[in-house]
Amino acid sequence: MYRYDEFDHAFVQERVAEFRDQVARRLSGELTEDQFKPLRLMNGVYLQLHAYMLRIAIPYGTLSSRQLRRLAHIGRVYDRDFGHFTTRQNLQFNWIRLEDVPKILEELAEVEMHAIQTSGNCIRNVTADHFAGAAADEVADPRPYAEILRQWSSLHPEFSFLPRKFKVAVTAAPHDRAAVQVHDIGLHLKMNEKGDRGFAVWVGGGQGRTPMVAKKVRDFLPEANLLAYCEAILRVYNLEGRRDNKYKARIKILVHEMGEAEITRAVEAEFATLQGKALTVSAPEVDRIARYFALPDLKALPAVSEAYEAAKRVDPALALFAKRNVHPHKVPGYGILTISLKPIGAPPGDATSDQMGAIADLAERYSADELRVSHEQNLVLPHVKLDDIPVVFAQLQKIGLGSANAGFVTDIIACPGLDFCSLANARSIPVAQRLSERFADIDRQVDIGDLKIKISGCINACGHHHVGHIGILGVDRKGEEFYQITLGGSGDETCSIGEIVGPGFSSDGIVDAVETVIETYLKLRASADEPFLATYRRLGQEPFKEALYVR
Amino acid sequence: MVKAAKPFRPVVATANDLRSGAVVYRDRDGKWSKHASLAEIANTQDAADRLLALARADHDANIVVEPVLIEVDGGKPATLRERIRDTGPTIVLPGPPV
Amino acid sequence: MSDDVFRDGAFHAETWSFPKDDEKLPPSGPVAVGKARFLIEIQALRSRNGEIGVVLTPGESLDGIVDHLDRITLVALRFTRYSDGRPYSIARILRDRYDYKGELRATGDVLRDQVKFLLRAGFDTLDVAHAGTREALRSGAVVAMTHHYQPASAETSEGRTSTAPWRRVSS
Ligand code: SF4
Repeated sequence: MYRYDEFDHAFVQERVAEFRDQVARRLSGELTEDQFKPLRLMNGVYLQLHAYMLRIAIPYGTLSSRQLRRLAHIGRVYDRDFGHFTTRQNLQFNWIRLEDVPKILEELAEVEMHAIQTSGNCIRNVTADHFAGAAADEVADPRPYAEILRQWSSLHPEFSFLPRKFKVAVTAAPHDRAAVQVHDIGLHLKMNEKGDRGFAVWVGGGQGRTPMVAKKVRDFLPEANLLAYCEAILRVYNLEGRRDNKYKARIKILVHEMGEAEITRAVEAEFATLQGKALTVSAPEVDRIARYFALPDLKALPAVSEAYEAAKRVDPALALFAKRNVHPHKVPGYGILTISLKPIGAPPGDATSDQMGAIADLAERYSADELRVSHEQNLVLPHVKLDDIPVVFAQLQKIGLGSANAGFVTDIIACPGLDFCSLANARSIPVAQRLSERFADIDRQVDIGDLKIKISGCINACGHHHVGHIGILGVDRKGEEFYQITLGGSGDETCSIGEIVGPGFSSDGIVDAVETVIETYLKLRASADEPFLATYRRLGQEPFKEALYVR
Repeated sequence: MVKAAKPFRPVVATANDLRSGAVVYRDRDGKWSKHASLAEIANTQDAADRLLALARADHDANIVVEPVLIEVDGGKPATLRERIRDTGPTIVLPGPPV
Repeated sequence: MSDDVFRDGAFHAETWSFPKDDEKLPPSGPVAVGKARFLIEIQALRSRNGEIGVVLTPGESLDGIVDHLDRITLVALRFTRYSDGRPYSIARILRDRYDYKGELRATGDVLRDQVKFLLRAGFDTLDVAHAGTREALRSGAVVAMTHHYQPASAETSEGRTSTAPWRRVSS
């Protein structure tokens, strides 16, 4: 993991002092709310439905046990004993007192954390593949680059007042778990024939009101040019992005309006003036940062664990857990273990302080002290010995987090919605809970197989509904909650935006409607091995539409 | 095109406390209370205008933020959003597992 | 515009004049005009006795200006809203790409919380109207970052660290 040195510590300490000063000026009345709002947002403080919300960055989703314990502690002392993991690898607390924020930031700084740029019109927390650094299929660990980007983008003197927010995601595996094609900049680390590292660069993806899949502007950007190229993209965006209409201010609209060729030309022209100068990413600097991310010292083990195999044979629950929640590790004898924060009927992505504490203990004991947070609102123990999986599973069951449902229909992504969010049109969490309960039967989940349901409470799409295999969007219809269904979205390397299937459903009708879609799929799939998305892509929306609307 | 004027519905003033962020309502004594039931209800347009002006003055005096008038029905916030603001999330909040 | 400007840690009397578009150019002394007028009256500006400056509003590019940079000693970039960050990019382009060495002034909605960003982006002079910000600048009460993760346009005034190529330390 990245560890702060003196410089990094000084940086966050100064930021805490700066924000403390800003809060004091607000409370004394020197700053008006209008003046303060952009300042608090740049440090992750929102005013939500019930109170101030604090959004804490978990850069590229990597967390240590100590950090998770600190988050648990903050939940206990300053909030209501639980936190909400978001779709952007952040953690939110919902009832934070403004007066307490400087103190909380200080507590975070002690464990090398912060809330810098978790909101506001700036470069947001850089996200990454949540299996990064452990995945068997990755070319290399993408996190050193994510860290380099994090540093470069932190309080950038030129890009702190952009037209709109700006999100960067990094992945290094052919299977894209970081949804890079729906980010403002998506970076796909790869190796060329000579063995040099570089990036496929995607620009202008995004969700929200106008969802768009990014355009690939470079197939192979050499590693050395990473920052200069990003700086060029940001500069073009800062100067040319629309500022007259907040709904048209994201870079995706600029890419769309300028056209792919023209934006590429503009970026390349800007890049030509920046290339080879101060921002060159040198190999020694990459190595220096990469050393922090070295694989922990994992003892060599046989690729197959007899104990694990035997335990799976006698315990079907463990066998299912192994199938769904354990992914291949790059080191033989280890697995990547997903802790589903989606127990049946629970609010997606929430964890109590006690659960966080218990998970931190597990990470410390069984996962080389490391954790990941996924954009799917789950937690990950990246380095678990296969031998240890049965005991970790048992421990998880004890704290109510042993659900073997990763990637299943009940592994639902949902934004906070109208229960918490001041921008919401409708509630998301109760819909997720009812769906989860409807499909609680594990055999039914197994039968349905891979299926991603994603729910947003308004068109801002924090619940990523556009890229849900089944997406659900809450809308307000004359004071009533209504839910629109989109089908066929996907955030992976086969990225597509879901298509609206027809008129929305009432709160009472939405769960039945989703069930109808799923039953239709079960009837129409070519075989039990054909997942929902494949069936949908093969048949299109007609049969689903018919099942939903023609009775 | 001029929209037909909406019939007036009784309103109260709500905001968030500057320091804590708590949801508050302006009561008859000009204090901000956490209880919607204590809120002063404006039953006429004039009373509503006056109430909003007072709430905004409290905003300018750095007591509350984002003051607005919301409709009430039988003394309770009328919309779902405002009912949730008043009584909290509609879900069972996560607690220690049973 | 105020009658003084902040530079190098102190307020200094304004020396430039900013005639309105329909006012005549003063016969001598430093004078700065908007971009449109600059482009039309460049010959008149060049032939009079006095330094030349130009004032750009957000959205105005450097097209047409850069050819005359050798004669320009003030570029004032106006912030209409402090959340509109375009002037930062213009400033950096002037400093880094065109090697502009003259005065680079931020004017308009300039608040203390922007000051470090502005200085790092290459501005050297601030025209500040906001009373609280003026007071904070005068009394040295601005709380700001001194550790930075990226090189910017204030290179000559910033220190480096031995550990990483992009780290900078300002005073
Ligand atoms: S999608 Fe809308 S309702 Fe949901 S969290 Fe985002 S802004 Fe709030």
